[in-house]
Amino acid sequence: MSTVAENIGQRRGPGRYAGRTVVYAVLIAWACTTIVPLLWVLLSSLKSSDEILTNAFGLPDTFSFVNYVKLNEYGNLNILRGFANSLLISGSVVLGVAFFGGLASFVLSRFQFRGKSLFNVLFVVCMLLPQFAVIIPNFMIIKELHLNGTYWSVILPQIAGNLSFAILMMTGFMAALPGELEEAAVVDGASIWKIFWRILLPLCVPIFATVSIMIFLWSYNELLMPLVYLPVRDMQPISVLLSLVSNAYGTDYGAMMAAIAISIAPLLVLYMISQETVIKGLTAGAVKG
Amino acid sequence: MNFKDKRYIVLFLSPTVILLFAFLLYPLIQSVYYSFTDWYNFSNKKTFIGLDNYRQLVQDPVVGIALRNTLILIVGAIVLQAGGGLALALLTASVKRGFKFFRTVYFFPIVISGTAIGLMFSIIYNYDYGLLNAIMRALGLPEQVWLTEHSSIYLVLIPILWQYVGFYFVIFLTGISKIPEDIYESAQLDGITGIQKAFKITIPLLRDVIASCLTLATAGALKVFDVVYIVTKGGPMNSSELLSTYMYDKAFNGQNAGYASTIVIAMMLLGILITVLLNKAVKKDTISY
Repeated sequence: MSTVAENIGQRRGPGRYAGRTVVYAVLIAWACTTIVPLLWVLLSSLKSSDEILTNAFGLPDTFSFVNYVKLNEYGNLNILRGFANSLLISGSVVLGVAFFGGLASFVLSRFQFRGKSLFNVLFVVCMLLPQFAVIIPNFMIIKELHLNGTYWSVILPQIAGNLSFAILMMTGFMAALPGELEEAAVVDGASIWKIFWRILLPLCVPIFATVSIMIFLWSYNELLMPLVYLPVRDMQPISVLLSLVSNAYGTDYGAMMAAIAISIAPLLVLYMISQETVIKGLTAGAVKG
Repeated sequence: MNFKDKRYIVLFLSPTVILLFAFLLYPLIQSVYYSFTDWYNFSNKKTFIGLDNYRQLVQDPVVGIALRNTLILIVGAIVLQAGGGLALALLTASVKRGFKFFRTVYFFPIVISGTAIGLMFSIIYNYDYGLLNAIMRALGLPEQVWLTEHSSIYLVLIPILWQYVGFYFVIFLTGISKIPEDIYESAQLDGITGIQKAFKITIPLLRDVIASCLTLATAGALKVFDVVYIVTKGGPMNSSELLSTYMYDKAFNGQNAGYASTIVIAMMLLGILITVLLNKAVKKDTISY
């Protein structure tokens, strides 16, 4: 696409540089709107609350991590604890979806049986179904299953909510893989479990990585489900604690900034490491309810 | 490869099917049923009251506000999110350098949770320590109360719209890169300008992409919850309420789960209606190059 732009640019003579400067100015201006708030949070998290007020935009006088240490002092709203809970919850959701989704995708891509197309309909419907549509009944179902007050109360509904997307992605990937190796394995008398575990799974590492990253992102960022399903402060993920921070911390803006910084840091790291996967996955998953 | 062993089909598919039925499909039916009941405090007593909740819904002034706000959000999403993304993508495609950098940077906010962004913006809007009032002080202007009944919905729209511009930017950029260059060549011989190129060639060829972006923007707007919940909780005086935040408030603060379920069903019907209308308005004949 750049060569087209270049050709047109070359045809246009003197106005070319002026036009291009304006274009870059607009693009860079928008880039600032996405970078500056992040920098502001990061820098402010290293300042005292007074300094945030008096010196809103400059570098901090002294770089201090006091705000981060202070996060541990808000006993009933421990962000670090919430961070650990988030990793536990989202990690379990990813494992659950990968395991159950992997098994289901294997069957859908490699087995022949009647009613298979019905399953595709089921997964598409479940994928499009928004979470808010089931939030009230699930609140009751969790109680009836005696899951309330356990991590399972957020893990299981989140596995269910993400399974359909994962299965549709993984089935597509598996169906496109050639089956010769498996045929050879059948001739050698390998069991179905062995074919799945030893032959198919190693070939599916890329799609498992993509799906896992996406589901970790969604789960880590999810607010409504843990807010409703898991009312136990000590077990809540960081997203729920963040929603309470502005009341609990009063005017301790330094600590708030540190809390935001900690909560977004792992996502930005994940994004920087696997940028292509994240961008492709999030655009593909936009239809997810 | 086609396996047929029924035991494996049942064994591998059943965990998924059980989870989907337990936490998505069965609760969906329950939501529909609850919407016809009088049900308070999540007690065991539900009374079937027919369409009374729906009558109340039509007359509820807050639903009117929420509906208006949701429509503002949808229009904003279509015009500013999708439109902004398209404009930035066209600009980026017209310059030679930096498209990777812009893509990386514009995608930052999408990776971050609505909760963190909400908290960030509530600090920006805050009266005492907020960034906006810091700017006002620096300019020697009087400090303002930013979140008022009239401004609140627009101020919560800013983070929501800002967050997803980069998402549409990526989709349009991908769409533009798929247009083959020879299409532009004959137009260049006729001395077409950059702006003409965008409006006469690129945008018409992107019609399919634009159509799917309209649907995504609408569906996305109906799902918004986190940012509004964090920044304003729907206030002041319900002025920034969305259907999602109002539903949450009714169910888990007002303890009126029957009526909240009615709002859920209304949200789903609205989503389906708008999607169908949009799909009819933008007829999809596939464009082949």
